Amino acid sequence: MASDIPYQTSLPLGAQLHRLLAAIGLRPRAAVILVPYLWLTIFFVVPCFIILKISLAQTLIAQPPYTPMLGPDSVPHEQIFDNFKRLGNDLLYIVAYGNSLKLAAISTVLCLLIGYPMAYGIARCSPSTRSLLLLAIILPFWTSFLIRVYAWMSILGKEGVLNDFLLAIGVINEPLQILYTPTAMYIGIVYAYLPFMILPLYSNLEKMDMSLLEAAADLGCRPFKAFCVITIPLSLPGIIAGSLLVFIPAVGEYVIPELLGGPDALMIGRVVYNEFSQNRDWPMSSAVAVAILLALVIPIMLFQYFQNKAQEAPK
Amino acid sequence: MAAERARAETTTQVWNDPNAKPYIRIENVTKKFGDFVAVNDVSLNIYRGELFALLGGSGCGKTTLLRMLAGFEQPTSGKIYIDDVDMADIPPYERPTNMMFQSYALFPHMTVEQNVAFGLKQDKTPAEQVKTRVGSILDMVQMRQFAHRKPHQLSGGQRQRVALARSLVKEPKLLLLDEPLGALDKKLREATQFEIMNIQDRLGITFIVVTHDQEEAMTLSTRIGVMNSGQIVQVGTPKEIYEYPNTKFVADFIGSVNLFEGHIVEDEPGHVLISAPEAGTEIYIDHGISSAPGAKVWVAIRPEKMDLTKNRPDDSDRNSAPGIVKGIAYMGNLSVYLIKLDSGKEVKVTMSNQRRAAEHAIDWDDRVYVTWHANSPVALLS
Ligand SMILES: Nc1ncnc2c1ncn2[C@@H]1O[C@H](COP(=O)(O)OP(=O)(O)OP(=O)(O)O)[C@@H](O)[C@H]1O
Ligand SMILES: [Mg+2]
Repeated sequence: MASDIPYQTSLPLGAQLHRLLAAIGLRPRAAVILVPYLWLTIFFVVPCFIILKISLAQTLIAQPPYTPMLGPDSVPHEQIFDNFKRLGNDLLYIVAYGNSLKLAAISTVLCLLIGYPMAYGIARCSPSTRSLLLLAIILPFWTSFLIRVYAWMSILGKEGVLNDFLLAIGVINEPLQILYTPTAMYIGIVYAYLPFMILPLYSNLEKMDMSLLEAAADLGCRPFKAFCVITIPLSLPGIIAGSLLVFIPAVGEYVIPELLGGPDALMIGRVVYNEFSQNRDWPMSSAVAVAILLALVIPIMLFQYFQNKAQEAPK
Repeated sequence: MAAERARAETTTQVWNDPNAKPYIRIENVTKKFGDFVAVNDVSLNIYRGELFALLGGSGCGKTTLLRMLAGFEQPTSGKIYIDDVDMADIPPYERPTNMMFQSYALFPHMTVEQNVAFGLKQDKTPAEQVKTRVGSILDMVQMRQFAHRKPHQLSGGQRQRVALARSLVKEPKLLLLDEPLGALDKKLREATQFEIMNIQDRLGITFIVVTHDQEEAMTLSTRIGVMNSGQIVQVGTPKEIYEYPNTKFVADFIGSVNLFEGHIVEDEPGHVLISAPEAGTEIYIDHGISSAPGAKVWVAIRPEKMDLTKNRPDDSDRNSAPGIVKGIAYMGNLSVYLIKLDSGKEVKVTMSNQRRAAEHAIDWDDRVYVTWHANSPVALLS
């Protein structure tokens, strides 16, 4: 074919790119991976280190409001972890951490209990119904998160839609105080994070080979037991992925507790915000954030690492 | 082949006993998927202790029929009885059947051992017994040393053996095997066939085995049901199916066959004479078939029932078709000759190599006569 062309003046674009990459010492495969890695490095890893750096500094009335890393104004070595020591000694922080973890854990369990049947149901529908239902799950994302939380305020409030309805049908005689209670907070978080539970679960359950359930039934296993011993274990990766996607952001959630929870809802997100904007204590605020990051992400990463290893290992 | 088919003949032929009660009764079962008819008005009786082979091309409805027996699909119409119980409202987990899936359907999160033990555990079999039974069945399929592997760490043939073991271990009254041996090599397949026959003899389990492989069906089964596009076209012992196919489809599907189109010239109780221009000779068969004279028929003759000779036979206008040798394939114990008849039709003739050496060697491009005995051809009306 190529011999039909009398003069080959230029190489195809792909080949040119290859040469260019080779010239700067890169294989094409490496180049493809490089882009997302660069992105992650610039917008995730570097900011993390900046926050880590700030968390090791002290406040200063200056611009920026913390001591530099080096130079005469820098923090003496022996005081470098002072912020973290304060974290451990002050009950306020510990209570805030506890509240946040509890909120996130309970919300994750609620999301799982509500989301699993939904994901299961969607995965068992006919393909056309399936995409319609998935669209319904994703649809709320088209409106602003904040607006949706405000909508919940008007639903749950003393003169809100829910109370009006319950009063009208005579279930209650006095409006219920739901807004500004932990209940409202749970409703808000479960509502906001449910799609993050449903989507990974759905994509896992949808792939499941239905003939496995037939095989189980064939061997004398009743449907409910088959669900417990076949479906649930096989959907474990989906359960873990969904739970992490709900749990991790729920720990640091700021808006929902702030708007739906009462003024006494002391969450770690609020602590970070208060330290940062009201106290102008950037280093303390950063230390709170770094501590929660380390406390959450490292155990989760280790867990996943060992889980993968256990799955790969042949006996 | 004779040795293989001997098995069917030595077993008592329950299906010919009018007083025998069938273990499985399939009555006018039809299964439609939308407008598509996957199984079309199938009626079949299978007796206790039989090893019934379902044979047929891809997509002819074999798996669908098994799935209805196992309870995963409901017939669109018709009835299935197992041991005189109507299966319509019986869920799969309460049927006296175990099925081996064509796709194996092994539980990916369980080891080989756990997969095989699964069925026994559903029956609350004591742990000790589970262990010994799983062990012995894994020995049988030669998978003991892989007992602790997960399915994704096995080869295709190993997975197939695990699936087979999983369905066998419960020793149900009725075993449904969907292509149980397709992925195994010849030696392992023969050993496993032998084991399956052993189990059948020892436990009296009734088997229905789906296979693509006609030789396997011949070896294993007491009877064969040949399926074509959703219908059962013939049921019979391997010998009946091979020697007396009832349609062109069956003759062509089972083994290799030469088919000639022709029409009936004479049809007497003692013989038929068929004019077949394609063969270039009149075909004389030494038994009647009772059909109208002039009716269109197809004559099927197996390649091993044909003979080759270089000399013009005496009664050369009957059962001797002249042609030219166009190819010879050496197959070890026998050779296959491809002969182009004068009509242009090509036929296959097999001869054992002992005879080939003994007689005058027949070579490429030789002019030969293809001959056969008057009892060899089968006349088929459809
Ligand atoms: N769930 C289904 N929906 C629609 N059509 C189906 C379904 N299951 C099977 N069929 C169709 O029914 C026909 C018979 O299928 P079946 O699986 O019984 O074939 P088979 O004889 O087992 O073939 P093979 O030897 O290839 O396994 C096929 O044409 C198939 O496309
Ligand atoms: Mg099939």
